[in-house]
Amino acid sequence: MKDDNTKGGALSRRSLIGGAAALGSVGLAKAAVGAESNPDNLPPNVSEWTPYLGNGVDVNPYGMPSPYEEHVIRRNVEWLTASTESSVNFTPLHELEGFVTPNGLCFERHHGGVPEVIPSDYRLMINGLVDRELIFTLDDLKRFPQTNRFYFLECAANGGMEWRGAQLNGCQYTFGMVHNVQYTGVLLKDLAREVGVKPEAKWIMAEGGDSSGMNRSIPIEKIMDDCMIAWAMNGEALRPEQGYPARLVVPGWEGNMWVKWIRRLEFGDMPYMAREETSKYTDLMKDGKARMFTWVMDAKSVVTSPSPEKPVLEKGVHQLRGLAWSGRGKIIRVDVSLDGGRNWKTADLHGPVLDKCLTRFTMPFDWNGEEMMVQSRAMDETGYVQPTIDALQAERGVNSIYHNNAIATWLVNKDGSVDNVRLG
Amino acid sequence: MSTMSGLVKATFAGGFMLVLTSAPALPADRPFNLGKIATAEEVAGWDIDVRPDGLGAPVGMGNAIDGEEVYADLCAACHGDFGEGVDRWPELVGGEGSLGTHDPLKTTGSYWPYASTLYDYVYRAMPFGESQSLSYDETYQIVAFLLYMNDIIEDDFDVSHENIGSIEMPNRDGFFMPDPRPDVQAVNVEPCMTNCNVATNIIGRARDIDVTPESES
Repeated sequence: MKDDNTKGGALSRRSLIGGAAALGSVGLAKAAVGAESNPDNLPPNVSEWTPYLGNGVDVNPYGMPSPYEEHVIRRNVEWLTASTESSVNFTPLHELEGFVTPNGLCFERHHGGVPEVIPSDYRLMINGLVDRELIFTLDDLKRFPQTNRFYFLECAANGGMEWRGAQLNGCQYTFGMVHNVQYTGVLLKDLAREVGVKPEAKWIMAEGGDSSGMNRSIPIEKIMDDCMIAWAMNGEALRPEQGYPARLVVPGWEGNMWVKWIRRLEFGDMPYMAREETSKYTDLMKDGKARMFTWVMDAKSVVTSPSPEKPVLEKGVHQLRGLAWSGRGKIIRVDVSLDGGRNWKTADLHGPVLDKCLTRFTMPFDWNGEEMMVQSRAMDETGYVQPTIDALQAERGVNSIYHNNAIATWLVNKDGSVDNVRLG
Repeated sequence: MSTMSGLVKATFAGGFMLVLTSAPALPADRPFNLGKIATAEEVAGWDIDVRPDGLGAPVGMGNAIDGEEVYADLCAACHGDFGEGVDRWPELVGGEGSLGTHDPLKTTGSYWPYASTLYDYVYRAMPFGESQSLSYDETYQIVAFLLYMNDIIEDDFDVSHENIGSIEMPNRDGFFMPDPRPDVQAVNVEPCMTNCNVATNIIGRARDIDVTPESES
């Protein structure tokens, strides 16, 4: 496998344009290093926050993170897109623990900005090959039997900048188009019974009420299996940027299909071939032909610490942390290598291990100040093993953009800083 | 593509026309009896999609001669006078023969498999920030101009609800399914755990590419 960063393709051409503007951006790792301690606050002294009364209740009616956590935010890569309204930002996976993504940190992907939907004026229309074309209010939806499920949502382009080589030096930028929350909503099969689906209906077209009118086709088998219309995430109303007041949930399948601000579902007898499932979200192979309808997100994992944003600051014992997920089911095992894939050890999985859900893994390691090449390799319950980038490139080439679930390599340098590197 | 669309949605409507106006469904048919029956007018206003077979295309037409001016007014600021793209906004023209090369250029001409998708997308999402504001004829005119710029139709060819489902796009056969994954390695094979034969030379570093946004904190 050749490292292809320096050749001109679509993504790397843009990267060069961006590179000219992003002067000397090497020092990312430093941001994660804590500030110096103030001895006045340390034992045996009384810390400055101890003697005085703090804020009372209601100072923050909706609680926010400590100001010392202000670096834990979604971030975007400006050179990637023409405007922020049709763009993406990234979940700071390296700062998170457990398997739940806080609502305010779930990555955003919009195609026409975030609409301000008035909930009392929200309607979901279901039309097409049905016995009754119906319109539901938000309150109507909440009167159906309720389902609560944790699911990951991953953009099919997560890691899309890394096909030709190690390009972005961050866990957040290379893996952060994924989040994992608990959804509350109604199963589509219950809505389908209410409208009465005609036997000839084989597909559904889901359509958003945003300025892009986002639309995608979904086969009826998936609709009747586990798809939901959700109105809540992690126990509260959907955030505006995640589809308030209601979105589609398509467990295990690429995030673009999870239409936000959903306003309409149409049953039909063939796929609709919308822009997003023809000109986008199709995977261009080496021979110039493209795979279409590649919906499932294959098993994938990432070491979130150490990572480019989480350097190793001291010698001695550390806890390697990471996340694994699969759109085909449960994660059953994650192996970790510290020597670039020559030798592997099986990491500890932290439950609950759920279907189509992020799964936390950890592994203790001792750092002696030498270089380490850190990798993780996920396995799911179907027996699928996360592949190497060499294997993916050999089969698919480097122009497919989507569905890069390859094993990544973090190089821990002798000074403890960490780099995204490509081995070969 | 609704059935009851007041837009007289093209060719296929007949088959499902009767549904809405039939007698109200019995409660036994509706397990929860929630929601209200959509009127034909309500459906017509929101049912804007156009399928590859032309189903859903509203009555109207337009050619590239008329489309050139509409495009210049509404599209060229981002996409360029000739579809070449301004800044990072998408290119709409060119790329023929590039898909199998190192630098593929995916445009409406070189990549999009269906003309119906042009209508569907332009009407629902364009102009950027003023979506669903075009008239049907304006939309057909813009579609015609894009097809003309990509040498798919002549400048006086009228694109309409009658032919949007039959215009042949150059890359119509450029896609395949079903999804062949898992495609890169056998499943249910125990992966190597020790002394694995893998290359561990560092051949690229993101640090050297130097396109990572700087942290502000």
